[in-house]
Amino acid sequence: MKSVIKGTGYVLAHTPDMVIYNGTTQTTERVVNPDGEYLKELPKHLRSYDQVLSYLPNQVYIGNKTPEDLENTDFPWYDKDCGCSERYGQFGEIMPEDEFTLLMGACDVFDLVKLDGAFIDATKDKLAADPLIDETIIARIPAATDAAEIARLVAEEASEGLYIDGKLVGCVNRAHDVDHNLSAEIMHENIVEKASSVLALLHGLKNAGVAKEDVDYVIDCSEEACGDMNQRGGGNFAKAAAEIVGLVNATGSDARGFCAAPTHALIEAASLVAAGSYKTVAVTAGGCTAKLGMNGKEHVKKGMPVLEDMIGGICIIVTTDDGVSPVVDLEHLGRVAVGTGSAPQAVIGSLVYDPLEKAGLTVTDVDKYSPEMQNPDITKPAGAGDVPLSNFKMIAALGVKKGQLEKAQLKTFPAEYGLPGWAPTQGHIPSGVPILGIARTRIEDGTWKRVMVVGKGSLFLGRMTNLFDGVSVMIEANDGQGDQAAVSEDEVKGMIASTMRDFANALLAQAE
Amino acid sequence: MDLENQKRVKEIAEEFGPENVTVLLGTADGEGAGLTAETVTNGDPTFAGPLTGVQLGLTVYHICEPEVKAEIDPDVYEDQVSMMEMVLDLDDIREEMESVRSDYCKYLD
Repeated sequence: MKSVIKGTGYVLAHTPDMVIYNGTTQTTERVVNPDGEYLKELPKHLRSYDQVLSYLPNQVYIGNKTPEDLENTDFPWYDKDCGCSERYGQFGEIMPEDEFTLLMGACDVFDLVKLDGAFIDATKDKLAADPLIDETIIARIPAATDAAEIARLVAEEASEGLYIDGKLVGCVNRAHDVDHNLSAEIMHENIVEKASSVLALLHGLKNAGVAKEDVDYVIDCSEEACGDMNQRGGGNFAKAAAEIVGLVNATGSDARGFCAAPTHALIEAASLVAAGSYKTVAVTAGGCTAKLGMNGKEHVKKGMPVLEDMIGGICIIVTTDDGVSPVVDLEHLGRVAVGTGSAPQAVIGSLVYDPLEKAGLTVTDVDKYSPEMQNPDITKPAGAGDVPLSNFKMIAALGVKKGQLEKAQLKTFPAEYGLPGWAPTQGHIPSGVPILGIARTRIEDGTWKRVMVVGKGSLFLGRMTNLFDGVSVMIEANDGQGDQAAVSEDEVKGMIASTMRDFANALLAQAE
Repeated sequence: MDLENQKRVKEIAEEFGPENVTVLLGTADGEGAGLTAETVTNGDPTFAGPLTGVQLGLTVYHICEPEVKAEIDPDVYEDQVSMMEMVLDLDDIREEMESVRSDYCKYLD
């Protein structure tokens, strides 16, 4: 059975106050250098909501602009208004921090999020005006807490403050007095992940035209861990988000693999559907507060806005074949195996060329490759280079070594078979999957025939193994034959019977 | 250079003696190579890690420099590094590395 990508959701939440209070670059700086210049300068470098709306990579992310618009815009992009400042796009939306904070409250089921009454009153109608947020979610918004009590919780009970424009409007309480895994810091991080995952799921389902009750299974592929001191990382973000969205018939589980997790999860979801285990599986991931302002020091030093002020979310809805949507090719997967090693050459070979060779294809049979699609506006000033471009160069170089490309194509390959990066540096969010929204559209309209999603993960960050990881999968045009193209058991029996009859007749004819 | 790696380099230099240690880099650009090389020779230029103010002066090379290439089995080099040779700006990396070595390395032959 084939499985297809029925729809995608891409969401961003603009969270400048969380950059200051929750990004680990900033929380570390507050410990080691609390009176330093960086923390004093940082607030001057934060962007307004209007600025992030008109930022070209953000509009590409939600689908109002295209990757080609990035190609046609002089670099850098952060100092240019892209001429579009829409909140909603064909793939998702960009939510402001006040509404996102209220959504966090709605996503908390343990009475941990406390919100000031005036803040709730000022924000509730705004959130309710979001066409994706229905009354069941609005009904989950917690009752108001007195502002003085919120201030006391932050000052005396180690609660994590929730701020809008520097003003304390709420807090996230710790869920245990001693257990660090349930500390206010971790609960805040996890509720942010859950809320952004919920928003991504809502958009993914709407875009796929799939009813909430039709989702059978959810896979969360973020980089957070929820659990207490006896089962840190026990999960299950997937089911927690499914509950808020109202996926009454779904269960789920969490898949982890650092930045490679979304591609792992996509393959797993497609396999579950292809096996007939479930008809509709939603892959989802919310964003990561820790990475907010990760490269803030370099951005501030260079006089730029701090561009890592967006929480990202993704959702991919995988279903049984509808005869139209792009197909997930499960027969020709790439993987960095334990024995592959970590040399870039071996990694690119196993992820890109091995599956191509298995499928009888060459490197130019794929229209676009989507490796780590980090926005270079963020990474280049921080000294990390243009990550997607480096990946396209590596793919091209190995193509030359394998004789599939001419050496002269080294320079032209990135523009022809790659795309500029537009995704926020939220770890798993930019990895491979950002292309799926536009790929779905372009494969359906015939512009592209095939794309390759390449997810890579730096496992050594967890200090459990020095190995590097990655998986890849091709997404292809649907031939429209559906599963009817496959031969049924009855048909096979009929064909065998017919052949046997012909054979018997031939023998009889010979005997005569 | 991340703080954990700085700590490991410092410990290795203390254990084996800085004159007996060579640091081999695989960074993707000249600027990154220069910063990392500076960290293990003149100290952490970002003033964040254990090598802040520690002038180890270690011998340091990038994997794509000719002195290193000459030491490696050509088949292994072909198999594991040659693709990156085509991708990286080798002149830029070489220039940065030579500059750091001439300024800060204490144990060059």
